[in-house]
Amino acid sequence: MTSATTEDKVKTTASHSLPKEKLVDMLYQMMLIRRFEERTMQAYQQAHIGGFCHIYIGQEATAVGAVAALVDDDPIITAYRDHGHALARGMHPNYCMAEMYGKITGCAKGKGGSMHMFDKAHHMYGGHAIVGGQCPLGVGLAFATQYEKKNNVTVCFFGDGAINQGAFHEAFNLAAIWNLPILFVVENNGYSMGTAISRGTAAANDLGAKAKAYGMRYAECDGMDVLDTYNTFKREGDLSRGSTSSALGLEQAGGGPCFINCKTYRYQGHSMSDPQKYRSKDEVNEKKEKDCISSMVSHMIENKLATQDQIDELDKKAKQVSRDAIKYAERSPDLPKSEMFTDVYSQPYGPPYIKGALPKMLTDNNSGE
Amino acid sequence: MQTIQYREAIREAMEEEMRLDDRVFLMGEEVAQYNGAYKISQGMLEEFGPRRIVDSPISETGFSGLGVGAAMYGLRPIIEFMSWSFCLVAADQIINNAPKMLYMSGGQFGCPAVFRGNNGAGGQLGSTHSWCVESMFASVPGLKLAIPSTPRDAKGLLKTAIRDEDPVFNLESERMLGLGARGDKDFSRYIKDTWAPPTNKQDDDFTIPFGVADIKKPGKDVTIVAAGRPVHFALDAAEELEKEGIDCEVIDPRTYRPLDIDTIVKSVRKTNYCVVVDQSWPFASVGSEIAAQIYENAMDDLDNKVIRVNNDDIPAPYNRTLEQEMLPNTKKIIDAVRAVTYNA
Repeated sequence: MTSATTEDKVKTTASHSLPKEKLVDMLYQMMLIRRFEERTMQAYQQAHIGGFCHIYIGQEATAVGAVAALVDDDPIITAYRDHGHALARGMHPNYCMAEMYGKITGCAKGKGGSMHMFDKAHHMYGGHAIVGGQCPLGVGLAFATQYEKKNNVTVCFFGDGAINQGAFHEAFNLAAIWNLPILFVVENNGYSMGTAISRGTAAANDLGAKAKAYGMRYAECDGMDVLDTYNTFKREGDLSRGSTSSALGLEQAGGGPCFINCKTYRYQGHSMSDPQKYRSKDEVNEKKEKDCISSMVSHMIENKLATQDQIDELDKKAKQVSRDAIKYAERSPDLPKSEMFTDVYSQPYGPPYIKGALPKMLTDNNSGE
Repeated sequence: MQTIQYREAIREAMEEEMRLDDRVFLMGEEVAQYNGAYKISQGMLEEFGPRRIVDSPISETGFSGLGVGAAMYGLRPIIEFMSWSFCLVAADQIINNAPKMLYMSGGQFGCPAVFRGNNGAGGQLGSTHSWCVESMFASVPGLKLAIPSTPRDAKGLLKTAIRDEDPVFNLESERMLGLGARGDKDFSRYIKDTWAPPTNKQDDDFTIPFGVADIKKPGKDVTIVAAGRPVHFALDAAEELEKEGIDCEVIDPRTYRPLDIDTIVKSVRKTNYCVVVDQSWPFASVGSEIAAQIYENAMDDLDNKVIRVNNDDIPAPYNRTLEQEMLPNTKKIIDAVRAVTYNA
């Protein structure tokens, strides 16, 4: 837990426990997400991207700090503001942008869109578009790693709006009774769309009470400070990792689930179509002074972990990679009509027990592949 | 011959598949220590232990979503709803997440989970507990829906469901769980017909493919299409009508999704008359869908309109007489067959 300011926090011993390369990589990841999202907004305004589109700018430190504290095959799952998590997890920016363009080269072939970033190779179990709906899925992932006796921890992200959904509470209860290895992470940016958290959530100033109600560990971190976020996730992740439950016939071990409150802020609207009448420009500007990237940059320079030239190079690279992602998405072929009916069923006819006797409907296009 | 009950057939299917594949587990309310609210999972905790037979709290959203997440990871969950009526609080998980995951992820994450439980009116349970969910759910692409009417079908279809890579909804019936027991109303029909699974209990490979209808009774004069519990109403009706010289063919699609319309159409081409029975409400129902597909495929072969027999268009009443009256019962089917064949 911390109540320290960002400036204090980035100067703590935390950074010194990490090799310079890792710090540089975390900074670059945040810069990449920032530049990528700037391009995303442009592309949306130019109508290359459709539907709902939720921008991650301001919250970069949360996804980057959290993911940096995990091992590669720890499952992660999140809500619809998911571009940052996908990139932090290692999804190539080209595939992420192409998905938003609805192209066949997108991570989900252009069938999912902005809110549905899936990447099996990087253990990213999706962005999910119904508020709170991914919480039980995250519990399922944690249940599965425990069932398979794997030494993993699942990270389940959601926004502060999800706290008021039933799915959130059922997920917490199940994770607690079965001592599941899962970190529930509220990316608490203070608003569920246009509703301030205090207007929609009981006891909003004491989210720890939600964890306590389920006998669960609780931690807070400054979600705009990548090192504090990293430290919190490393500490809690190690406590939860590989937890097992005697209720499920295994030896009781590990710290079980934890609820982490990442205090953060989004600079943009809830989605691209949000006029933001519910908050003042002053409030936004005040938060921007704590910006996760600039505070990390000053920390790196003050501690001689990087020179300004090196920082500029990183940013240049982030800009270039984001431009390339746009180019890649633009040049990629559209999702062809032949893909319309694929991926509806993986076994359109059930197991292949009978051959050559399929009913006509099953050989038609409209029932699957 | 081996005569096992419908509930035992479901249990055998789960037990056999669990012995074959460690990824398969059963989760639901009272499935473990209580031995199943309807004794379907009786004895399974003893054999498989608490890792694989898991009592869940009354949290349908939570544990059905858990099933979807575990399936995405690679396990093969069997999620039991004590009643399909209780699945409604979990709608986001079972019809928004499970059947769309494969498509939304561009083919990366499937959902090989089975959701199963009692469907339809029990005995005077009132409206909230008497849901028939087939019409509501069969319209969702990405899921499969099986509705077995005999112990043989219950076992064969459930084994297929567990092995299937896609989410399957298995609709059982509280009123049929004792089917096959001595003293059961249908026992005599049961032992003379092929309603029992293979006698060799160790026959692990007995499965029934989806999308293949079963002709429960051959006939030449009129086609009756029915699935699940109404199959038995249809067979009762056919017995009565035989006395009047009307020879009914009873076709059981066994799965509504995929639907074996070919077998139905073939029968209609032969008989030229058709009654479609369906235990859900008539408006936009699976029965309406089958009737529409019959018109699309066999319009010129029909000598009368297709008549639908449904649950009445009301919330299920508690009163016993009215509850029986509401169902697509034998009497309604007899009347419909007489009407459609111009014998009314």
